[in-house]
Amino acid sequence: MTAAAAPAESPPRKVGGARPARIVIGVIGAVVVAWAAANVFLALAYYPEWFFDNRLLMAVIGMIAGVGGAALLFYFVNVFIEGLPQRFSEGVIPYVFVFPSFFLLGLVLVYPTVQTINYSFASNDSTAYVGFDNYVAIFGSGEFWLSLTNNALWLIVVPAVTVVVGLVVALFADRLSAQGEKVAKSFIFLPMAISFVAASTIWAIQIYSPNPDIGLLNSIVTSLGGDAQNWIRVDTLRLNSFLMMVILIWMQAGFAMILLSGGIKGVPEETLEAARMDGANEVQVFFRVIVPQIKGTMITVFITVTILVLKVFDIIYVLTNGQASTNVIANLFFQELFTFQRAGRASAIVVVLLILVTPILIYQVRHYRKEAAR
Amino acid sequence: MTATAQVSRAKPKRQPSYMKDGRPRSWTSIIVTVLLAILWSIPTLGLLINSLRSRDDIVTSGWWTVVADPFGQGWTWDNYVGVFTGAADMGVGFLNTVVVAVPATILPIMFAAFAAYAFTFLNFRFKETLFVIIVGVMVVPIQVAFQPMLNLLGPNGIGISGEFVATWLLHTGFGMPLCVYTLRNYMSTLPYSVVESAKIDGASHYQTFWLLVAPMAMPAIAAFATLQFLWVWNDLLIAKLFLAPSNATVIVQLQQLLGTQGQGEELLSAGAFFSMALPILVFFFLQRFFVRGLTSGSVKG
Repeated sequence: MTAAAAPAESPPRKVGGARPARIVIGVIGAVVVAWAAANVFLALAYYPEWFFDNRLLMAVIGMIAGVGGAALLFYFVNVFIEGLPQRFSEGVIPYVFVFPSFFLLGLVLVYPTVQTINYSFASNDSTAYVGFDNYVAIFGSGEFWLSLTNNALWLIVVPAVTVVVGLVVALFADRLSAQGEKVAKSFIFLPMAISFVAASTIWAIQIYSPNPDIGLLNSIVTSLGGDAQNWIRVDTLRLNSFLMMVILIWMQAGFAMILLSGGIKGVPEETLEAARMDGANEVQVFFRVIVPQIKGTMITVFITVTILVLKVFDIIYVLTNGQASTNVIANLFFQELFTFQRAGRASAIVVVLLILVTPILIYQVRHYRKEAAR
Repeated sequence: MTATAQVSRAKPKRQPSYMKDGRPRSWTSIIVTVLLAILWSIPTLGLLINSLRSRDDIVTSGWWTVVADPFGQGWTWDNYVGVFTGAADMGVGFLNTVVVAVPATILPIMFAAFAAYAFTFLNFRFKETLFVIIVGVMVVPIQVAFQPMLNLLGPNGIGISGEFVATWLLHTGFGMPLCVYTLRNYMSTLPYSVVESAKIDGASHYQTFWLLVAPMAMPAIAAFATLQFLWVWNDLLIAKLFLAPSNATVIVQLQQLLGTQGQGEELLSAGAFFSMALPILVFFFLQRFFVRGLTSGSVKG
């Protein structure tokens, strides 16, 4: 924010000419700022004692170095660009603004993607290429197919149910008074703020506990004359997987509701009135008038939840760590990488995950292109 | 008096009552939503109740017994005390999580806002291609990053793994595509004439960005910040893999507590609720922004 006032006194520029002083100041400033910020961050990592081992102080310095460093860096780069002849500066500035973002993206997402594909063809300590051995190994393992099947189950159930639940809540809440709608939505929405770990804890103790005295589900079952179960371990018909899906649906329903509610409110009242005039009942109005108009939102919700489900990890990791036939791809990856220390196979599993998200990626890009063309 | 009472009692039978905005009051909707709201709150409510009961009560009876016998319970703060004095001091964990989450929320905005400005108000070659990359990268699962980044940031690389800096870097990178996307979407609704007239007045793009566009984009920035804060706070994987045990976040501590079943079981509810407290506060106070963040850029890989 402080930098905002600084450039105000820049002299009226001679249009078109180069100004060497600015170019020099800009380059030197940018290099110094980048160097200083990088060193502050490294010092935070290497020498915590310089900061008295005080975490809050380190966070504050980290933020100042990051935000201030970025502001100053952009400032000096701007000085440099203004020093350039104008026909260059107009062309260069967009790339300068975009570069830091893409540098970071490249560092933490693009480079690792390439490297992971690379590792997937290498041995477990990534020292020698082993061809397709890792893929042969994972495709030959029962656990991998089990995980894939479980992911498929999650994919079939969770996105669809989440959309339906969200739609039901949105529809009914829409008919409440404005105040009532707000309150009701808050209740459904709250689990979105909870971490997967805390949510799993909640359900594991309060609801699925094997002890009928403290687990709600067992309490209900035993009071109806049934036997208490250790629900999370019951893999008959993959019951435990379904019980874990409930947790995710519980968490995501609020998200679906918010988006769909927005969609429903966007449906013009006249179209509903017209349908009712023509004698349509409420069910017909819903399926023939509302649904077609909010289809786009429903697809968005569906896809977002689908992406989430493809990489579902925390719930399974925390509750069963993949035992009792509940393993999923993301957890299998974690086990291969850290429990078995097999980086090659772990990387191959991530590549499979990448292939699975590719259709969604293509859809997203197409969808964006279509929107942008409009 | 009696006459009016009779009239008002007789009325609802024939005519539906109306809400303030003139729509008929729908009792089915009220009943359904109330039921759903109760159903959705039961797990969290149970957690809150259990976190305040004594160890003996927790392991022998369900939280719902409180409803029938609210005063026969051993209400206590002991579990919360235990959370701060136990094997893992969650007070430190809380501080660690703040230290991870606040910079990891602000840093991506700093970089993404400039990029979003360029994507919205400037024309350049490969603009479309670069933005398509942003859209595509949003879907890439973060699991791709673990092995390569552990090597790069670990002892054989630049050696910052285990420190807060590593998580700031990763969260900044992972949050970047969504942030650019959200901010660009919002900025493209701002009037282009503002930027145009600033240019005519001789402002550089840097000035235009700081003085005009960034302040106007504040709602979108707040929306993304809320979303990113909750995401970073609730993250398990990155915190677990890239932070040394002394820097562990509350979420990692809770996961470890859950792993050591039996001993310390009574601390779980209190620990879980403690780890949720700040996100829930943020959620209630910034709900408006959170909702806007969700609706503007809902896809994150």
